[in-house]
Amino acid sequence: MASMSLRFAFVLFWISILASTVLSDLVISKIDRRIDLTSQIVRVVSSLKVENRGHDTASEVLLAFPDIQAKNLAYLQSSHHEGKGKGKQSAVSLPVTLVQPEGMPSDLTFYSISLPKGLEKGKSFTLDVLAVFTHSLKPFPEEITQADVQLVVYQDSAYYISPYEVRFQTLAVRLPSGRVESYTKYPSTKLVESDIKYGPFENLPPFSYIPITVHFESSYPFAVVQELEREIEISHWGNIQVTEHYSLVHGGAPLKGGFSRIEFQSRPPIRGESSIRHFIAMLPPRAHSVYYRDEIGNISTSHLWSDSKMTYLQIEPRYPMFGGWRTSFTIGYGLPLRDFLYEADGKRFLNITFGCPFNEIVIDHLIVKVVLPEGSKEISAAVPFVTKQSQEVKYSHLDIVGRPVIVLEKTIVVPEHNIHFQVYYKFNNLALLMEPFLLISGFLFLFIACIVYMHTDASISKFSASYLAKQQLDEVRATVQQVLSIINRVLAVHNKLETSLRDLSRTGDVQSCKAARKAADGSFKDLAKELKPLLGYLQSSPQASQIWPKVEELLSKEKELQEKLMAKHSAIVDGFEKKSARREVENRVASIDQKLAILRQEADELLDTLDDF
Amino acid sequence: MGAIKADPSSKAPIASSPYSFFPFLKALRLKTKQQELLLRASALCLIYVLAFAIRLFSVLRYESMIHEFDPYFNYRTTLFLTRNGALEFWNWFDSESWYPLGRIIGGTLFPGLMVTAAAIYKTLHFLRFAVHIREVCVLTAPFFASNTAIVAYFFGKEVWDSGAGLVAAALIAICPGYISRSVAGSYDNEGVAIFALLLTFYLFVKAVNTGSLAWALASAFGYFYMVSAWGGYVFIINLLPLYALVLLVTGRYSMRLYVAYNCMYVLGMLLAMQIRFVGFQHVQSGEHMAAMGVFFLMQVFYFLDWVKYLLNDPKQFHAFLRITLTCAISVGALALGVGTASGYISPWTGRFYSLLDPTYAKDHIPIIASVSEHQPTAWSSFMFDFHILLFLFPAGLYFCFKRLSDATIFLVMYGLTSMYFAGVMVRLILVATPAVCLISAIAISATIKNLTSLLRTKSKALQSSVSKGAASLKASAKASFDQALPFQKNGAIALLFGAFYLLSRYAIHCTWVTSEAYSSPSIVLAARGAHGGRVIFDDYREAYFWLRQNTPQDAKIMSWWDYGYQITAMGNRTVIVDNNTWNNTHIATVGRAMSSYEDEAYEIMQSLDVDYVLVVFGGVTGYSSDDINKFLWMVRIGGGVFPVIKEPDYLVNGEYRVDKGAAPKMLNCLMYKLSYYRFGELTTEYGKPPGYDRARGVEIGNKDVKLEYLEEAFTTSNWIVRIYKVKPPKNRW
Repeated sequence: MASMSLRFAFVLFWISILASTVLSDLVISKIDRRIDLTSQIVRVVSSLKVENRGHDTASEVLLAFPDIQAKNLAYLQSSHHEGKGKGKQSAVSLPVTLVQPEGMPSDLTFYSISLPKGLEKGKSFTLDVLAVFTHSLKPFPEEITQADVQLVVYQDSAYYISPYEVRFQTLAVRLPSGRVESYTKYPSTKLVESDIKYGPFENLPPFSYIPITVHFESSYPFAVVQELEREIEISHWGNIQVTEHYSLVHGGAPLKGGFSRIEFQSRPPIRGESSIRHFIAMLPPRAHSVYYRDEIGNISTSHLWSDSKMTYLQIEPRYPMFGGWRTSFTIGYGLPLRDFLYEADGKRFLNITFGCPFNEIVIDHLIVKVVLPEGSKEISAAVPFVTKQSQEVKYSHLDIVGRPVIVLEKTIVVPEHNIHFQVYYKFNNLALLMEPFLLISGFLFLFIACIVYMHTDASISKFSASYLAKQQLDEVRATVQQVLSIINRVLAVHNKLETSLRDLSRTGDVQSCKAARKAADGSFKDLAKELKPLLGYLQSSPQASQIWPKVEELLSKEKELQEKLMAKHSAIVDGFEKKSARREVENRVASIDQKLAILRQEADELLDTLDDF
Repeated sequence: MGAIKADPSSKAPIASSPYSFFPFLKALRLKTKQQELLLRASALCLIYVLAFAIRLFSVLRYESMIHEFDPYFNYRTTLFLTRNGALEFWNWFDSESWYPLGRIIGGTLFPGLMVTAAAIYKTLHFLRFAVHIREVCVLTAPFFASNTAIVAYFFGKEVWDSGAGLVAAALIAICPGYISRSVAGSYDNEGVAIFALLLTFYLFVKAVNTGSLAWALASAFGYFYMVSAWGGYVFIINLLPLYALVLLVTGRYSMRLYVAYNCMYVLGMLLAMQIRFVGFQHVQSGEHMAAMGVFFLMQVFYFLDWVKYLLNDPKQFHAFLRITLTCAISVGALALGVGTASGYISPWTGRFYSLLDPTYAKDHIPIIASVSEHQPTAWSSFMFDFHILLFLFPAGLYFCFKRLSDATIFLVMYGLTSMYFAGVMVRLILVATPAVCLISAIAISATIKNLTSLLRTKSKALQSSVSKGAASLKASAKASFDQALPFQKNGAIALLFGAFYLLSRYAIHCTWVTSEAYSSPSIVLAARGAHGGRVIFDDYREAYFWLRQNTPQDAKIMSWWDYGYQITAMGNRTVIVDNNTWNNTHIATVGRAMSSYEDEAYEIMQSLDVDYVLVVFGGVTGYSSDDINKFLWMVRIGGGVFPVIKEPDYLVNGEYRVDKGAAPKMLNCLMYKLSYYRFGELTTEYGKPPGYDRARGVEIGNKDVKLEYLEEAFTTSNWIVRIYKVKPPKNRW
């Protein structure tokens, strides 16, 4: 650390030598700086009053940062308040660009703020500058034990380093607590509770500096995400799935010596104060299906609760995080699509936050991937700050050409970057049906393949004994089915005769009954004719030897049935014609009926068994 | 008259079939055969789903994760296979285990499981299902269990009838003996091996029944899959020749057997040689010699058969028989003797011996005896794993003997031998399960079939008592039989209800066992809290993940071999020994380090480049399978190689204690120190002194443990895993 502070002083020394060459018409008439050191992220808020003392109209204001600070600069924003006092809400943010003006000291990095209207001679202008730095608090001592409290050092210049003359300035350093190990004291320095105040200093030439060092206690968790990959997958079925892969390190003072569980357990508030026990993620409202896991499985130490504005997810790493310890994990959640997807000018756009849902966390390298549905076109992203953009393709369930992915990369991300960005794309709603269609057609092909397989003859040798036998068997089966259908038709004729008899008893129309008998006789003959070749085939076929007796039995049953029915028919018709006594006819018919019933049942059973052949 | 006419006509033709009322139903009407097929197919589908679903308890209770110890190795290798391809996998030299020896993974594992999972993974990805390989691995075992049920159906159908097959499928789908090794997440060789085993047996029986080369070939491929998946293939290669021998002796030799056995043996052997881990064992190892002997015997038999046919003279033939048999047997014996003496044929391995002689391992190979699943089986675990099948098994054997055929003989032999092995080792219950299920299924199916046919014929006889056709001949015979036993119908109904009750008890038992006993991943422990809530102890993963994230990439971790696979898979760090246990000396060295004093252990650890030592300690939570309880095995295994370690030094009057009365060597050995470091300051239970060990229920004897060469690096939240860092050597001056 000592070497670092030396280097810092050295840099400033060179600055002061080179400073004399700087010429400018602008003068900073008043500047108030507030450095916030309460968390691991250093925020410097300066409000400047710039005055033009030259003759020309000035269009830009230069801000200078030493390179050591500039490399940790994560975010720089400047704004101008229209009017004074009450009108402060109408802040206009001013564009800031990195510039390299000539003739300036090389150890400084310059940013230029362009003014909305040129600053005319004699006029003054007020602007606020917010600069956010990461990795600027250095732990000292560099390693601590489990029981120690973490101390950190912050270095800066008490004077505002500026290419312009500064007339009047003050500096306030805000610390997390009043416990300060040491701080650089100048005559006008005072420590009030947790604030250190420097200044006011007056009338300082450009590039003035005096180094200050603040050594203080900070137990704030120094959680640094070395790499965060956020994947935002849009499904037009109504869901946005966010998956975030973290690889996290405790950026504070590394743990010296071992970790003692008993000390950590028995005196938790004192022992292991510098450790991180949990994080709270603030997810959008109506987040659902939240999970928290890592490479080796689910992590069961998490809690979820929500209100109308936020969903809170409190996660504990598998172990308490001490300085220098690492962990990696994944959280994922689903969001309702309608909250984030909008339509404008025939294009859809996703409007979602860029950064991570954790508070006061530093991300060294952030990759945001937006996975659009398959078939999206004309993809573009609008991010309010500079990012590296590229495109790739992701294959997920049932994708054929893959889903287009737009990849946004940014180094050093702080909570100030957690603002909305947009991804525009075109998507045809019909493409939604692609995947169900794919599934349906897949099954269709499967079934068709089965049907084709069942109906094709794939045997190689068409003349082998087993193949021929199988073919014959199939033929026999078909013949038996034909026989059965004929017998069924015969039985249907039987039913017709029965109905004609019933009609006779109701109407007494003997002629029609006789006609039915004639017709039945005719059809019996036809059917018998049809049956003959089939029976001949069955008798001759060796494959039918098993089934033949059954068929024969059925035929004999049918014949018997037919005879009995004819007998019944003629008996009733005779009785009707001769007008013989009812009782006599009934007696004769009753015995026939009984036999008929039994025969019919047996024939049906035989039909069933043959049906299963 | 009209009324009279209407009566018979409505009774006779129409009442016989309900379809006449709804003619449109006639088109949809299925033949009885089709109905039966439909019923059977849907029952099989349900069984398929059931077998899969019942194994998902662990996923529902915990999460989709890999269980236990060995599955982590399998998972790690599968991951490697899917990422680096088959060639790299085949040539993989793993320097992360068995430091400093390393392990040639490609040549020392059965690749069947990994290749299967990788194939499923690739297929799913080809079909555009972007699943994670972990999910595939987790669900491989249930998937194969479902397939096993289907194979059991076909096997049962082949051996008995389709009814028995259906019952067998249902029984095996939920049998705890099988579930214990195939719940979701238990990604182990056994998961696919039982499927392969049953498939091989089924195809072989089918080949014997048909004498078809195609089935024998299929059986050889089934055997190849089995060899690639599990070391248990030795059971197949010994059971099949035994079966062939039995058929020969009982005079059931046939051309079918000849075709089936020879094709299966020759092709199966050639295929099996392609597996690097098995290599030439089929011709060089004593365990595989029986199959070869029977193969040659079969040729001799066939030759004799042929000669008999040629000679046609019994006298001459008997003389010839005597000469040939003597020659054949003496040549065989000579070849075996020369082979064994010259070392070409390796003698039986210890594992094989320990199967034949259950006490062998305890005396000679402590590393085998130390594993709990290698213990002889207790009656209670038979009851637990088989439930009613244990009683149905003998009944099924009775039915098998009653209808003896080539297939039932096979089943009987499979059942009897595997039951013996199940009695020798707990984990071989798994091998016996399919046989027990099949034989019990025969018992159930045959009994129920008899009972229902009794009921049906009786009702039919009553109904058609008027008829006198030839068809009623059987029924009338039954009817006359019925008269002899008046309560037969009621008895049958009662027995049917009894069977139904037993089977439902079985289903309930299986579900209960699966949900309570066999679905714990053993990585995550769950317990009931004081208020009835579920408490999760996730200490293992806490420690492994800490190792993964917060130790140098090349750190070497020393632990007892049980945790080796998990440390390499989850912690991604190099271990000294792991569950492969291929090098007894190396394990003994670790055992020696654990049972030595700290300074001696330090020297051993220095020589092994150990950076961290990991111990498992259950004293705070009452977790009983921790390292202190395993410690005597470490002493025994260490002492087996290094005689400086003597078991009696750690015992007091033959008793193992950790309290004040413990042996001094015990109180100061490394394992004791690492387990109880600073434990003496902790109050574990209200009303007990500090340093009260809840796993053993005693106050520890050495509360003031000082470590000189190691320092505590990490202890998990419930103290189950403790990791110590080995300090670098002190400067000499």
